[in-house]
Amino acid sequence: MIPTNSPALAPLLFLLGGLLVPLAALKFRRSPFPLAAAFTAAAAAVSVHNVFRVLEVGTLRYRFGGWLPPIGIEYVLDPLSAFITAVINVIALLVLIHARLTVASEIPERKHGPYYALIMLMMTGFNGIVLTGDFFNLYVFLEIASLSLYGLIAVGDRKSPVAAFRYLVIGMVGGCFYLLGVGFLYINSGSLNMADLKAILPLLGAGPEIIVALCFMVLGFGVKMALFPLHGWLPDAYTYAPTATSALMAPIGTKIGAYGLLRVLFFVFGLNFVTRTVPLAQAISWLAAAGILYGSIMAMAQDELKRLLAFSSIAQVGYIGLGIGLANPLGLLAAVLHVLNHGLMKACLFLAAGNFRLKLGHSRIPALDAGVRRRMPWTSAAFTLAALSMIGLPPTVGFFSKWYLALATIRNRSWVFLAVILASSLLNAVYFFRVIERLYLKPAGREDETRSAPVAPSSVRGEVAASMLLPTLVLAASLIVIGLLNVLIIKGLLVRILPPGMEAALP
Amino acid sequence: MRDFLVGHYFYWFIFLLMTIGLAGIVLKRNLIKKVIGMSILQVAIILFFVASASKWEATVPILDPALGAAETARYINPLPHCLMLTAIVVGVATSGVAFALIISIWRRFRTLDENELLEKLKHDPD
Repeated sequence: MIPTNSPALAPLLFLLGGLLVPLAALKFRRSPFPLAAAFTAAAAAVSVHNVFRVLEVGTLRYRFGGWLPPIGIEYVLDPLSAFITAVINVIALLVLIHARLTVASEIPERKHGPYYALIMLMMTGFNGIVLTGDFFNLYVFLEIASLSLYGLIAVGDRKSPVAAFRYLVIGMVGGCFYLLGVGFLYINSGSLNMADLKAILPLLGAGPEIIVALCFMVLGFGVKMALFPLHGWLPDAYTYAPTATSALMAPIGTKIGAYGLLRVLFFVFGLNFVTRTVPLAQAISWLAAAGILYGSIMAMAQDELKRLLAFSSIAQVGYIGLGIGLANPLGLLAAVLHVLNHGLMKACLFLAAGNFRLKLGHSRIPALDAGVRRRMPWTSAAFTLAALSMIGLPPTVGFFSKWYLALATIRNRSWVFLAVILASSLLNAVYFFRVIERLYLKPAGREDETRSAPVAPSSVRGEVAASMLLPTLVLAASLIVIGLLNVLIIKGLLVRILPPGMEAALP
Repeated sequence: MRDFLVGHYFYWFIFLLMTIGLAGIVLKRNLIKKVIGMSILQVAIILFFVASASKWEATVPILDPALGAAETARYINPLPHCLMLTAIVVGVATSGVAFALIISIWRRFRTLDENELLEKLKHDPD
């Protein structure tokens, strides 16, 4: 029974968790974390298992209530959605293990039940978005994820409700645009099912209404993904949210928008439509290139570690957008590989920033020095490794994303984009070395700076607790391991995600 | 041209409504008025779907013995209405979360005016 239902299992596990966690919290005060971690672990196990199943037997479909699509709603587990769910659920598990102590120190205890419940609901939404084969169902999951995310942001710092409200306004307009696009598509085709639409759309031709529908949907996903001119909500939301929230939404949240873009552009409308009929892919690649430069330049000017990472996220999402926009097989491979790679790198960096915040009470870059590194050698090492990976040093994962992306730009003969990738690597080096240099070379500051730091619970001098250190180190180690294994991942798995007709073009 | 303008009159109203909603979100400085603008935008999209379902000389989508099930052209399409039930729930939830955030902003900063809020945020220590 489990094997046949496996496509629907991961989101349903999270949904069950979202219901059970707050109920159990009423009775057992300490239950939210273990319950949430158990559900996430189960979902992560299911989704990793699903990857192997899909590789073995091919695409799996689950029909809710037994209704046949296009009338019923189906969940589709193809190589792309299996890969993305596995990535987000495994990263969520690692972040959640890390989150126990930061949540305990940042959020009052009576709010723990709702907080973990919201994390479960957000993961329900993310998994649903990735797995569903129905455009309206995707909208509902998009809103479930966004609504939980607004709540998760708003329990942070003093300024967090303002950041959450700004995100709510922008995110809600993005959701409305997406829904309007779905409406145009439905009026013209009479279907909401992705596979069905893929068959119908070529018959409809390229009327203005279809183009408008596509543009509105891309706009909606662009907001969720923080594609360049639509990124306004991101820096404040990442900075003021609690550590656990920003460590969850930075590696996972924006990738879901990128996934939606990928799905709509190449799996529903098709390569021909988005590159020749409407030059939308080209437009996306230019916006992404602008975002790469903008994010990198802004990141250099930041004095707060989380804010620096937020701007660097805008730049990194630009790499994914650029890979999508180049619209050749290598570009798509680079984009999907970067979803995994950036997820691991950003999670590692945000966890390290969380470790600094818990121990030092802040994460201001000017206040970091060699004394911090001596107190927290492992966290500093993990941070440095992840930063080197962001810059793109081999054999870390960051190098391979950039390598495939650069090959894709060469293939399209887009020399401007190649220059953008190289320039942004240099800018990455500049802003990360500002932090690394302080950690390793700046002599330890005056005593009063370290003494004035508020002492967080469970903190004795030295490194953070094992439950926080372990996820950070596992992520840091994975940067090298996956970097070395990347050929296996590409050859064994990612080649099979390419939309039909594109694999042939691979070298 | 005249046919296009008159024949789509309902859609012109919907796009007017959408513009009003977007203008409210962008131009109004009061946060509550922004939420009102959001609701207007959502209602416009709900009406867009509902309007798309209507047909001339068709009846409610409940099986009529006189018509039978085969004559689908004589029934209004029920699917957009069902979709919009969900969208209405999403809209209500969004407004609820927005108002909860506004309450929490008011408690911390004692203002709902966007400019004043930005001014206070600038001088607020982290």
